[in-house]
Amino acid sequence: MSSKEKLLGKKYPEALEDLPVAAIVPWPGSTLDVTTHAWRTFRPVINQDKCVRCRLCWVYCPDGAILEVDEEYTTSTGKKYKVTFKVDYDHCKGCGICANECPVKAIEMVPEMK
Amino acid sequence: MALAQETKPKEVPEKKEKKRIAATGADAAAYAVRDVDVDVVAVYPITPQAPIAENIAQMIADGEIDAELIHVESEHSAMSAVVAAAATGARAFTATSSQGLELMHEVLYIASGLRQPVVMALATRALSAPINIWNDYADAMGMRDTGWIMIFSENVQEVYDNLIQAFRIAEHPDVLLPVVVTLDGYILSHTTEPLEPMSREEALSFAPKRPRGYRPVLDPDEPVTIGVLGAPNWYQEVKVQQALAMRESRRVIEETGKEFGRIFGREYGFIEPYMMDDAEVAIVTLGATSSLVKAAVNRLREQGVKAGMVKIRVFRPFPAEELAKALENVNAVGVLDRAVSFGGAVEGPLFMEVATSLALRGIVKPMVSFIHGLGGRDIFVKDVMEMYQKLLEAAKTGKSVTRTLFYGVKSRRGHVV
Repeated sequence: MSSKEKLLGKKYPEALEDLPVAAIVPWPGSTLDVTTHAWRTFRPVINQDKCVRCRLCWVYCPDGAILEVDEEYTTSTGKKYKVTFKVDYDHCKGCGICANECPVKAIEMVPEMK
Repeated sequence: MALAQETKPKEVPEKKEKKRIAATGADAAAYAVRDVDVDVVAVYPITPQAPIAENIAQMIADGEIDAELIHVESEHSAMSAVVAAAATGARAFTATSSQGLELMHEVLYIASGLRQPVVMALATRALSAPINIWNDYADAMGMRDTGWIMIFSENVQEVYDNLIQAFRIAEHPDVLLPVVVTLDGYILSHTTEPLEPMSREEALSFAPKRPRGYRPVLDPDEPVTIGVLGAPNWYQEVKVQQALAMRESRRVIEETGKEFGRIFGREYGFIEPYMMDDAEVAIVTLGATSSLVKAAVNRLREQGVKAGMVKIRVFRPFPAEELAKALENVNAVGVLDRAVSFGGAVEGPLFMEVATSLALRGIVKPMVSFIHGLGGRDIFVKDVMEMYQKLLEAAKTGKSVTRTLFYGVKSRRGHVV
């Protein structure tokens, strides 16, 4: 084991001995493993019929919780889209920025029901 | 000439002549930085550290060191820059004094908390107010708890030797802590003394640059996050890990000092006892003041007084065990501080460490705390001899002096207050 490996500890430390030196995180994207949805009181719901795929919600989301999915969608008026925008409800903290920025008001903030 | 060459016996190896030069402490610091081939220097000049900054800037401009000099707008930025440079795996150095160190203070904790092996030279100087540019240890004492390894130097040679060792200690994978090496402002930084520098090959073979990747560093190919949030669920463990690294560093500091002695003939330990074998009273000191105390000890020995001295070289981690062993047979212990811990149980910061080290090991002796030499006030041998007299009295009565004695004061009550 190299000294660097020794210094980096375990991915999910259970005790002091497993801890990476100075709490350095050597696993990129580790925030994906941590869900932050519990903070939410309102959830954004995208109306796929109204959505014009402008991507502004994707741009503005501070948590990267808007997903661009390769999924075809045909609206009730027969318009075809190659992609669909969805919400990553594990990481959406319910801030409502997407709903505020949406130019066609396709996103509605719905109260979380517990 | 030819005759002399013929008569010279062939089997005797040619005597390797040691280079001996005249250098100030500031020169010595710059030479050490040059000789270990530092990569990044971010430094802001402040009296009396300025000649270190000037020398290094000159060396980089002349192409003597292949290093990056970052011109920063303050010491806060200087420390931030070297921490960041060290995080990329570079060998980083900075130097400061007094108010500059205070401006760095916030980032000092970050350097040690992020375990970045930064090395710093500190030309010790008093703190304002009143404004004072002369030597005392107020600035150094202020960084006691910042998690830095602290090494005090007594003379110009030690400034050089300690800095070479500092790089090796700081970068050791079992340590990974920043190291500060002090040089007394003006007394060492601006005074010329003989210095025996080593060759750059020797310096680099003693403190080699470790291969990239031996510790986690910023690297676009292998991304890491340095400086994460430590919530209450893990912060304590990170800090305990840091404290354990400080304990672990004792072994590395000791090994480094011994190996330095084996190779270069000047061995360094945590403490340097002087005339302690049969000493009846002893004074504990730091830095360049030790030379003066040694002179007082010599004078007292001529008078038949069994005086001794212990110099603390490594102040953090504090050599409690070594100190207790050195002091266990004396009848009274004095501590000479050049800084004030205002309102402390005793006002000498070094005294508190010494007293704790002894008390925890059940060694109870009459002790006296002396403070002298604040803000560059000259200490004289006669003053130190007076302190030894005070210790002899304490040894006779068996009683400690419970408050700190300020020596060399202009007061109507006399020069001891």
